[in-house]
Amino acid sequence: MSSEPVLDVQKLKTYFYLDQNLVAKAVDDVSFSVYPGETVAIVGESGSGKSITALSIMQLINKPGRIVEGSIRVREKNLLDLKEKQMTTIRGNHIGMIFQEPMTALNPVFTIGNQLTEMIRKHKKVSKEIARNKATELLRVVGIPRPDAIMKEYPHQLSGGMRQRVMIAMAISCEPELIIADEPTTALDVTIQAQILDLLKDMQKRYNLAVLLITHDLGVVYEYTDRVIVMYGGQIVEQAPTKKLLSLTKHPYTNGLLSSLPNMEEDVERLGTIKGTVPAAYNFPAGCRFSTRCPAVMEKCRQINPPLLQLDADHFVRCHLYEDGGDE
Amino acid sequence: MYQYIIRRFLIFIPMLIALSIIVFGLAKAAPGDPFSGKILDPEVGMEVYEKQRAELGLDKPVPVQYVRWASKIAQGSFGESITYKGRSVESLIKERFLNTVYLGLFALFITLIVALPIGIYSARRPYSLIDYGTTTFGFFGLAVPNFFFGLVVIYLFSIKLGWFPAQGTISSTKLTGIAEFKDRIHHLVLPGLTLGLASTASYMRYMRSEVMDVLGSDFIRTAKAKGMSANNVLYKHTLRNAMIPIITLLGMELGPLLGGAIITEQVFNFPGIGTLFIGSVINRDYPVVMAITLLLGVAILVGNLLADIFYSVVDPRIRYD
Repeated sequence: MSSEPVLDVQKLKTYFYLDQNLVAKAVDDVSFSVYPGETVAIVGESGSGKSITALSIMQLINKPGRIVEGSIRVREKNLLDLKEKQMTTIRGNHIGMIFQEPMTALNPVFTIGNQLTEMIRKHKKVSKEIARNKATELLRVVGIPRPDAIMKEYPHQLSGGMRQRVMIAMAISCEPELIIADEPTTALDVTIQAQILDLLKDMQKRYNLAVLLITHDLGVVYEYTDRVIVMYGGQIVEQAPTKKLLSLTKHPYTNGLLSSLPNMEEDVERLGTIKGTVPAAYNFPAGCRFSTRCPAVMEKCRQINPPLLQLDADHFVRCHLYEDGGDE
Repeated sequence: MYQYIIRRFLIFIPMLIALSIIVFGLAKAAPGDPFSGKILDPEVGMEVYEKQRAELGLDKPVPVQYVRWASKIAQGSFGESITYKGRSVESLIKERFLNTVYLGLFALFITLIVALPIGIYSARRPYSLIDYGTTTFGFFGLAVPNFFFGLVVIYLFSIKLGWFPAQGTISSTKLTGIAEFKDRIHHLVLPGLTLGLASTASYMRYMRSEVMDVLGSDFIRTAKAKGMSANNVLYKHTLRNAMIPIITLLGMELGPLLGGAIITEQVFNFPGIGTLFIGSVINRDYPVVMAITLLLGVAILVGNLLADIFYSVVDPRIRYD
């Protein structure tokens, strides 16, 4: 990648202090960058730390969670150095966010117009008139029919897909450089999913946005993203350009994820599964975090957590199998 | 909306009739009448009392008595008080009604200005020292009986410190304007505090749990992610939602506001509906007792309607049509 990254996360650690001696390391030493115009996916099971990574970037981690270490750079600024008040000029303005649940993500007691304009007015410091016009225009852009009427309606009057369109309109309203979409289609039915993702793609082209897409749907990853970060147990286990990751899969966990997908070409009796569940974030095994479920586990894996190895220019993997130059 | 309100008022009519039958039935079911239980003058023959009973219509069958009573009410008259000879029930109630309303409003005012900010504060900093402190106060407020708290504040602030008067509503009828207002407030402080104690405690708890609930919801996270300031998130996005159930409770407060002051008024010898009610019960002054009971019933009905109307105003998801 040529230019400067729009988002650069280094050694991010977000821990939850559940009890006096119970610490959940939800995000543990995560580093990655997102470049202008690029779509990066963060993939992983529930509990892998992908949503917490997203919320950490926005600094929306609630107690007892806390960002312990690391840096999150946006436009040369380390967000972790900012005061809460300064952070409000970043959220929504430089980074837009779309959430999983469109049904509950909008405030039920205010109109769509109100919720859109208050944001535009906050960041752009424009008059009510201008903000309203801009909001109406945005609703048109995200494909909402009769935007003038919808401005005056309440969230409960809209369908899930429409609400997610409103959320996208909100996310792009202040022309951010980056949009974080946290499982934006999980709560929608399949036909609407494709529409929403296509819309996101359109918006990305139109405004030259970088998108950080958090998902567990590998189909979505294949179709819509340039680069993939696979997370497991609060850490990145594999990172590569999408095509490469899907064809030259290295990490046993990524392999497991892929073999659990139904395949049109091959006829299999049973879909592959990864046995067991993600260990709780306060109870990770001593060595590699995947060692309890890994089909290729070695003695070493149970003792030492492997570092993130660089295989080539853009392929990284966290596995002892590739320690000597990367040949299997 | 207007249709809904009109419909609700129409429903009031059968409810009021049912209420009046129950009130009347209960009053009749209670043993005795205004003449029993009194030390009767031995010089006066029983037939004199019988005659007086007949004059009041107490010798007629109960349904007949009810119809007479109810039709008079329909004409706007609750009859004559038995204890206060020659006074109509309406004039007795009217004279005290405003005092009780002032007391109720003052108590409600104290409740709201104390309970809501504390509730919000504890919700924002749960499990902090102040949260624990106010929670303790909350249980104290709910646990301590009104009359006891009333006596304690009278002892402390009236007898020991002499800051506030222990009874009545006004020191001199000659006061006017601002001076009168100040004097009335001065008299309201102690009974108002006493009356407001329990509801302050419960509203505080409600507010705390409501705000905590809303603060944890998805749309609050959205508001934060939009870059809204902490104040905007709290006072606009959170409060508007947290107030929905509180407003419903407030509407329902109207009945207790008028009727709940009975004990407090008694403790402070406060000339309101409550003292009138207790006096009338003791003297078996049924016309007054029935009128007040009916009045409280109406207050509760209207309060519920107000709650429903407010509810639809603050929550756009509620529509009555």
